[in-house]
Amino acid sequence: MKEYFSRFALENGDDPMIIGSQIAIAVVSIAIIVGLTYFKKWGYLWRNWLTTVDHKKIGIMYILAALLMLFRGGADAILMRAQTAVPNNGLLDAQHYNEIFTTHGVVMILFMAMPFIIGLMNVVTPLQIGARDVAFPRLNAISFWLFFFGAMLFNLSFVIGGSPDAGWTAYFPLASNDFSHTVGINYYAIAIQIAGIGTLMTGINFITTIMKMRAPGMTLMKMPMFTWSILITNLIIVFAFPVLTVALALMTMDRLFGTNFFSIANGGMDMLWANLFWVWGHPEVYIVILPAFGIYSEIISTFAQRNLYGYKSMVFSMVAISALSFLVWTHHFYTMGHGVMVNGIFSVTTMAIAVPTGVKIFNWLLTLYKGSIKFTVPMLWAMAFIPIFTIGGVTGVMLAMASADYQYHNTMFLVAHFHYVLIPGTVFGVLAGFTFWWPKIFGFSLNERIGKWAFWFIAISFNVAFFPLFLSGLNGQARRMYTYSEASGFGIYNLISFIGAIGLAIGFLLIVYQIYWSTRYAPRHVDGDPWNARSLEWATHSPVPEYNFAITPTVDSIEAFWDKKEHGKEIFKGKIEEIHMPNNSGLPIIMSAIFFVFGFALVFSMWIVAIVSLIGIFVCMAYRSFEIDHGHHIPVEKIKETERKSGVTFNED
Amino acid sequence: MKIDHSVPKEYATEENRLKIFGFWIFIGAEVALFGTLFATFFTLVDHTATGPTGHEIFELPPVLIETFVLLTSSFTIGLAVNAMRLGAKKAMLVFMGITLLLGLGFLSVEIYEFTTYVHEGASLQTSAFTSALLTLLGTHGAHVTLGFFWGLFIMIQVARRGITPETANKSFIFSLYWHFLDVIWIFIFSFVYLKGMM
Repeated sequence: MKEYFSRFALENGDDPMIIGSQIAIAVVSIAIIVGLTYFKKWGYLWRNWLTTVDHKKIGIMYILAALLMLFRGGADAILMRAQTAVPNNGLLDAQHYNEIFTTHGVVMILFMAMPFIIGLMNVVTPLQIGARDVAFPRLNAISFWLFFFGAMLFNLSFVIGGSPDAGWTAYFPLASNDFSHTVGINYYAIAIQIAGIGTLMTGINFITTIMKMRAPGMTLMKMPMFTWSILITNLIIVFAFPVLTVALALMTMDRLFGTNFFSIANGGMDMLWANLFWVWGHPEVYIVILPAFGIYSEIISTFAQRNLYGYKSMVFSMVAISALSFLVWTHHFYTMGHGVMVNGIFSVTTMAIAVPTGVKIFNWLLTLYKGSIKFTVPMLWAMAFIPIFTIGGVTGVMLAMASADYQYHNTMFLVAHFHYVLIPGTVFGVLAGFTFWWPKIFGFSLNERIGKWAFWFIAISFNVAFFPLFLSGLNGQARRMYTYSEASGFGIYNLISFIGAIGLAIGFLLIVYQIYWSTRYAPRHVDGDPWNARSLEWATHSPVPEYNFAITPTVDSIEAFWDKKEHGKEIFKGKIEEIHMPNNSGLPIIMSAIFFVFGFALVFSMWIVAIVSLIGIFVCMAYRSFEIDHGHHIPVEKIKETERKSGVTFNED
Repeated sequence: MKIDHSVPKEYATEENRLKIFGFWIFIGAEVALFGTLFATFFTLVDHTATGPTGHEIFELPPVLIETFVLLTSSFTIGLAVNAMRLGAKKAMLVFMGITLLLGLGFLSVEIYEFTTYVHEGASLQTSAFTSALLTLLGTHGAHVTLGFFWGLFIMIQVARRGITPETANKSFIFSLYWHFLDVIWIFIFSFVYLKGMM
C-alpha cells in the first residue's frame, strides 16, 4: 500500500517549494468551493460559463486561463534567473532547475501564448467577419475544456509525481525511461496530447468559420488583416498538430509499452524524435507569431489613422511565411551530424523567411509614415514591437547560418534570440490586442495611465533582462546550466538579467492592478467605439449581445466600419428577424474532465482506471451522436429590446 | 432551420454544409497524421535489430482478403449513399449493414494477422520496425473499429428517425470517413505489404 502511494510523491518530497505548492493548491481549491457555495454561485457559474457555447465567453475563459499560466510560467522564469544571478548559487539543485526550465518552456508556449491567441481569435474573429457564431459552437467548447484540463494535468506534475525534466523539446534519449526516471515525461506527453487535440479542433472550427461564414460582400481579399492572420494560423495548426499528435503518441508508447521508436535499443532512432518534434515545433513558432502580426496590423492602422499600407503584400507575405515555416525545421539541430548539403538547404530556407517578414515590417513603417499617430497603450506596444522584434530577427539570421551556428548553438545567445522574437512578437502582441479589444469585450476601457506604466516597465525591463544574454552567450555561456563558476565571468550579465526579470514581474503585476482598477472605477460606455476603429467588430455594441449583430452586415470594402462612419455607407440592410442560436451543453466540460482522469491514469499506468475512463469518453461521444438538439430562437421582440437598451433604434420602430 | 430542397438532403441546411466542409478539413488533418506514421515507418523499416523483417512475416492471403473486403465495403457504402439519395431507407440500411459486416470481417482477419505476428516473434516491443509496423496498422485498425461503432449508431438513428436532413448529413460524413480509410489502406497495401514482400 505504502509502495503504491509512494510513486505519487516526489523523490525530493520534502522540498519546501513543493510542499508549499501542495498546501496552496489545497487552500485555494477549498476557498473556491466554499466561496461558491456560500455566495450560491454554482448555478450561475454552470449556466453562464462552464456550459457556455458562446464564442465570446469561451474567448474570455481562454484569456483568463492564459493569464494564470503567464504567472505560473513567470514564476519559473524568476526562479531560473534568481538561481543564475550569482555564480555557484545553491537556491535550486540541478534536478529542480531542469524541471523548472522545462515547465517554463512548455507552459509559456503551449499553455500561455497559444491559448491567449486562441482566446483573442475566439472573441474577435466571428465579429470581424460579421458572423453570429463560429461554425461549430459546441466543438469550440470542447476545444477550450480539453486545453484547460490538459494544462491542469501538466501543472499537477509539480506536486504529484515530479515535473518533466528534459527540456521543452524533450529530446531522446534524455526523455526515455533510462534517463528520466520520474513520471514527468509521461505528464508532458499526455497533457500536451490532450490540449493538442483541442487545438486541432480549433483549427478545423476556425477555418470553416472564416471560409464559410463571412458577411455578404466580404471576399477573401476584403477580410481584415487579423482575420487573415487567423486563417493562415489555423491552416498551419491543421497541418502541424497531427505530427505532434503522432510524435507524442509514439513517445507515450515508448515510455509505457516498451516500443522502440526513439530509444536507441532494438533499432530505435533518437533523431526521429528531433525531426518529428520540430516538423511541428517550427510551424508552432509561427502559430503564435502570425496572429500577433495581425493584431499589430489592426492597431497600427487604427492609431496611425490610415489604411494599412500594402494589404496584398501583407497577405502574400503571411502565406509565404506559413509555407516556409514547414521547410526549416532542421535548423534546430544543425550540429547533430547532418551533411553539408542538408545544413546548406535548411540554412537558405531559414534565411528566406526574413524576406516576407521584412516586407511586413516595411509595410507597418509605411503605414506609420505621414500618419497622425495616437500614442495609446496598444499603439505603444505595437511601436515597441518593431525595433525589438527586428533585433530578434537579425540575430535569427545570424543563427540561420549553419557554419556560424556551430559557435552559438545551445548558448544563451539562442535563448536571448528567441525571447527577442517571442516576447515582442507574441507577448506584446497579445497585451496590445487585449488592451485594444478589452472595451469591445467588457464595455469599458482599461486605464491608460497604469497601462503606460506597465508598458514602460515591461519594455525596458525586457531589454535589461535579455540583452546581456546575447553577450554572455557569445562569450560561451551554455544554456540550461544550473550554475557556473566565478572565473567564467558570466556573473555580471546574469545579475543584470535577474534585475530585468524583477522589472518584468513588476510590469505584469501593474497589468493586474490596471485590470483591477479599471474594473472598479473606469467609466462605462454602452455603445462604444473608443478608438475610432476601422473594422466590423466595432460596428456592434460593447459588450457584444449574445447574437453579435441584430442584422447581418453587408460589406463592400476592407474597412467596412470606417467607410460607414466616413462615407455613410449603410452596412445593416434589411430588418430584424428571429435569430437561431445553439443551446448550452454540459457535455464538453464533462467529457474533458474524463479526459483528465484518463490522462492521469495513463501517467501512472493505472490501467483499470484508464480503460474505464476511456469507455466514459466513448459513451460521451455516443450520447452526443444520439442527442437531438436544434438550439433555440431569439424572438424579434427580445432582440429589439436588447438593441433599445444599447441605444439603437431601427426605422421600423 | 431553413431546408433547401433543391440539393441532396445531406447539404440541405446551412449547418449540414458547414459540417461537410469541416469534415473535409478534418480529413486533411488525418492525411497529415497518417503521413507522419508512414514517414516513421519508412524511416524505421530497415531497423529490424534482431527481430524478423517484413519479408519474413508478411503473408499474401490474409492481406489480399483484407484488401478485397475493405475495397468492397467502400463500394457498398457508396451504394448506401445512393439509396439514401433515392429515399430508399430499407436499401440504405441493408447496404450500410453489409458495409459494417465487411468492416468487421476486415478486423477479424487483421486480429488473426496480429496474433500470428506476435506468435512469430514480431511483437510491439521486438524492434523499431515491428513497433512502427504495428502502430501504423493498429492506428488504421483503430479507425475502422471506431468507424464500425459510429456507423452502427447512425444506422440505429436512420432506422428510428428515417432519412432526414440530419441523419442524411451524418451518413454522408460517415461515408467520407469510410472511403478515406480505404484510401489509407491502399497505401498500406502498396507500400507496406507489397513493397515488403518484394
